[in-house]
Amino acid sequence: MKLEGNNLTFRYRKDRKPVLEGVSISVESGERLGLVGPSGRGKTTLCRLLAGYEKPTSGEVLLDGKPLSAWKGPCPVQLLWQNPETAVDPRMKMEQVLAEGGPVAPSLLEALGIQPDWLTRWPGELSGGELQRFCIARALGPATQILLCDEMSAMLDYITQAQLWRVVLDEAKRRNLGLLVVSHAGKLLQQVCTRTIAL
Amino acid sequence: MKYRYNRRKRTFLLLLLCVALLAAVAVSGVLLAQDAARTDFSIKNQMPSRAHLFGTDWMGRDMLSRTLTGLSMSIRIGLATAVVSAVVSLLLGSAAALSRRADHIVTYCIDLVMGVPHILLLILVSLACGKGLTGVVVGVTLTHWTSLARVLRGEILQLRSAPYIQVAAKLGQSKWAIARRHLLPHLLPQFLTGLVLQFPHAILHESSLTFLGFGLSPEQPAIGNILSEGMSYLTTGKWWLALFPGLALVITVALFAALGEGVRRLLDPATAHE
Amino acid sequence: METPVLEVEDLSISFTQYAHGAGRRELPVIKGLDLTIQPGEISAVVGSSGSGKSLLAHALLGLLPYNASCTGTIRYRGQPLTEKRSEQLRGKEIVLVPQSVNFLDPLMQVGPQLARGRKNRKEKIRAVLARYGLGRETEDLYPFELSGGMARRVLISSAVLEKPSLVIADEPTPGLDGPSAKRILGHFRELADEGAAVLFITHDLELALTAADRVAVFYAGVTVEECPAAGFGCQAHHPYTAALWRAMPGNGFTPIPGSQPYPGQEGKGCPFAPRCDRRTEGCTGAIPIRREGRNYIRCVREGVVP
Repeated sequence: MKLEGNNLTFRYRKDRKPVLEGVSISVESGERLGLVGPSGRGKTTLCRLLAGYEKPTSGEVLLDGKPLSAWKGPCPVQLLWQNPETAVDPRMKMEQVLAEGGPVAPSLLEALGIQPDWLTRWPGELSGGELQRFCIARALGPATQILLCDEMSAMLDYITQAQLWRVVLDEAKRRNLGLLVVSHAGKLLQQVCTRTIAL
Repeated sequence: MKYRYNRRKRTFLLLLLCVALLAAVAVSGVLLAQDAARTDFSIKNQMPSRAHLFGTDWMGRDMLSRTLTGLSMSIRIGLATAVVSAVVSLLLGSAAALSRRADHIVTYCIDLVMGVPHILLLILVSLACGKGLTGVVVGVTLTHWTSLARVLRGEILQLRSAPYIQVAAKLGQSKWAIARRHLLPHLLPQFLTGLVLQFPHAILHESSLTFLGFGLSPEQPAIGNILSEGMSYLTTGKWWLALFPGLALVITVALFAALGEGVRRLLDPATAHE
Repeated sequence: METPVLEVEDLSISFTQYAHGAGRRELPVIKGLDLTIQPGEISAVVGSSGSGKSLLAHALLGLLPYNASCTGTIRYRGQPLTEKRSEQLRGKEIVLVPQSVNFLDPLMQVGPQLARGRKNRKEKIRAVLARYGLGRETEDLYPFELSGGMARRVLISSAVLEKPSLVIADEPTPGLDGPSAKRILGHFRELADEGAAVLFITHDLELALTAADRVAVFYAGVTVEECPAAGFGCQAHHPYTAALWRAMPGNGFTPIPGSQPYPGQEGKGCPFAPRCDRRTEGCTGAIPIRREGRNYIRCVREGVVP
């Protein structure tokens, strides 16, 4: 599968300077693409456009040649971001949160270090690192083909970071997923990516 | 456990107590309806005594029974109006949140209703509906849906842009599933709290409307009627005719307010775990 | 030796919390924390999210929520730091550089915000902002108009207006690219060189090592180790520290299984024992502190070189 962003421009308001201007990017299955660039250059906005959370002012996002919005059901492109706290409903128990992405293999839960008793907790009772494990499990549903990771591990300690990336990389290799990784940490991108581009 | 009754337990007990008291009043009023209407001129205008705790009026009717019947009536009307206006709030609030056009119309209506003094609007609506029960229910509903509708509209708007709802949509959840699993659990506490807090307003407004003569008809034993009749006897020294029913009304309203506050404390995530 | 600016001894913080239904429980979040900072020194507290490190900052500022209780001693310049004293000192001698722009008032421009209602401060504010490379025009900007790096520098400016002697920085660089983060850390070094003590709270060991003189490693509410930043990784460490070092992307990227225990579920003894490859039966008992000068390791065995 191939996710393409063609000539993407995005601005929040007409009279403002665009956050992104004429950016093209593509990620294919089996590829792990690193994206670097200074703060405020629009990396997060690009990820949100590619995942379909935001509509570009001009340009288009295509998945296998079809517009992303034309795909029905679970979206093959999933996004993970820096703050998992906002990505889970505070009034849902963790097992319900997890169930939204479809059934999850117990082996995946174990690899992510998710303890069985966390499943019956509320999100407010877990730390950011623990919540991110759930978000990863949820985003790795059977329909997922391309995974966008926007500073996914920036707020995590190194052990958790290595643990989670190990799982994501294993899964990506096994299922031939395409990865787009945004990070300020050059050494992390060296470990994770097959190639790196700058925005 | 260090304390036998912690704060959560105390709140819960308080809630039970409120509900029990109010239910008792509502039920006893119905049972005492016959008693409240019985006249006995041999015991008219008696001061409060052991036989008649709240005294008797100029027709020898027992004021305790009359007060309870009046309150019971108020509570039932309060229940009806609170439920109706809360449902109206929910419908209009969600309509406003889901369509831009509806939003303009609903917010305009909210501003309009809030801009007019409640009691004035109440009197007009009640008169237009030919006074009586319908007038009171329609009037209170029309004036009291606004605040809750505004809260619900804001809540839904905020929820719709919440990242976790966008994620749920990306994970392939249907609109219906999102409404049921995400919106409902967030709205329910607000809705319930709003509903309970509507009670004291409804009761007070019903009483004042009746007191002013625009509400229930004079032969009904409503608390507003009792108070307005009692008023005319105050100057002749029969203080008990107005004092006890007035006090009972204040206590009932305070109980409902406490109930609403308790519900809010138990359901609101910000205070629930403290 | 000078009087340390800050001495924390055996600090424990626990929360009273309502659970499901009407149950109530005590949650110990920090247990037996030890830390000393000398003037002119940057001391980093490194721990993962949920290890209780931000709570330390709140305790020092006297900002613990009312359902928290606190035991142990905190001494500031040799005198016990009571709640009342920290209230008097905070914002003046003890200042916080918070995590995010959300700590600024979104409806107030930067200039008036820094003045905090006092009129005669224009010159001083201008000087401080200029010191951090922010021009006059910054004073008229609202917080949402600031970029990540600028916001960070505004937060620092706000903190150092009063010449503090203890600066607490809680994750001051997340979301910043390498050069911007380096620049911010440089500002903290300047403050230390002027004699202030800096407490740098972070989850990022690499950042801590580039910025700090000393590092305290925090795991599940316990300081497992305190050591100098120089030579880190080549000396003997606590097994958790060693695992943390090996998990860095530049040092092998090797994870260990499991996760940090949740407060109240650590079991007895060393909280790291269930994940430790060197655990012995002694790990569930009382854990000795192995001291060497100012350094210490909280482990039943000798430290390990990663």
